[in-house]
Amino acid sequence: MMTWLRFPLTTLALLALWLLLVGSVEPGQVLLGALLAALITGGTAGFWPRRRRPGRPWLILRYLWRLALDILTANVRVAVLVLDRRRRPRPFFVELPLALEDPFAIYLFASTVSLTPGTVSADLRRPADDGRTLLLVHSLDGGDAEGASERLCRDLKQRYEQPLMEIFR
Amino acid sequence: MLIDLLVSALVLLGAAFALIGSIGLVRLPDFFTRLHGPTKATTLGIGAMLVASSLYFSTQSEGLALHELLITVFLFMTAPVSANLLAKAALHLRVRSIAAIPRAFRDS
Repeated sequence: MMTWLRFPLTTLALLALWLLLVGSVEPGQVLLGALLAALITGGTAGFWPRRRRPGRPWLILRYLWRLALDILTANVRVAVLVLDRRRRPRPFFVELPLALEDPFAIYLFASTVSLTPGTVSADLRRPADDGRTLLLVHSLDGGDAEGASERLCRDLKQRYEQPLMEIFR
Repeated sequence: MLIDLLVSALVLLGAAFALIGSIGLVRLPDFFTRLHGPTKATTLGIGAMLVASSLYFSTQSEGLALHELLITVFLFMTAPVSANLLAKAALHLRVRSIAAIPRAFRDS
């Protein structure tokens, strides 16, 4: 009983989802939404992996804002690459050793990599010999440049992994 | 009037990016480069159209139209996951790739 009280954020998010879906904030809908949110949260909480709660809302907001801007530039850059007939893209793969450990944080990082300039996260593996997780990143262009993979690794780590580490500390 | 112009511009922009995404699917050389199309060019394409839709219905009918916000969130949650699964399957099937695949990720 009352499991949903231990997960106020999830319950609130589900309530918000319900209100957006029905598109009204009448008391009846709020009541129905709250009831459903509490039932669903309570009923499914047992299936979720334990995870750290993200902290520091202002850091999350800053991260989302940066992500939105990067998605804009990513689209323009990929569009230019696609439309330029003379250039052939030079793709390459990079193995990125992750410092993140929380599964949800890793999911966010991999998704971010997929949504931002010229990179898609392709696979996630943990080689038997050491404990670190490797993320395989495919880059659309730039494989001919000197030290391209090191630069890409450094950029991704600085730009996205660092803030995520702070959020999920 | 101004809203109409803005909505038209956003719809055109969205359509242009969706089209470019599809052109990319044809023009890019191998499976892994084609994977970049659906996760990017089309997210902005659909994003622009959703903003246009939200603007239009918020001004034409009473109340804010916020369904589009949900579509955006779900799109951004699912697009990277599907791209990741496609790439995983391609690695497993050893689809031809222009870029060299690191040893740790070659399926034996």
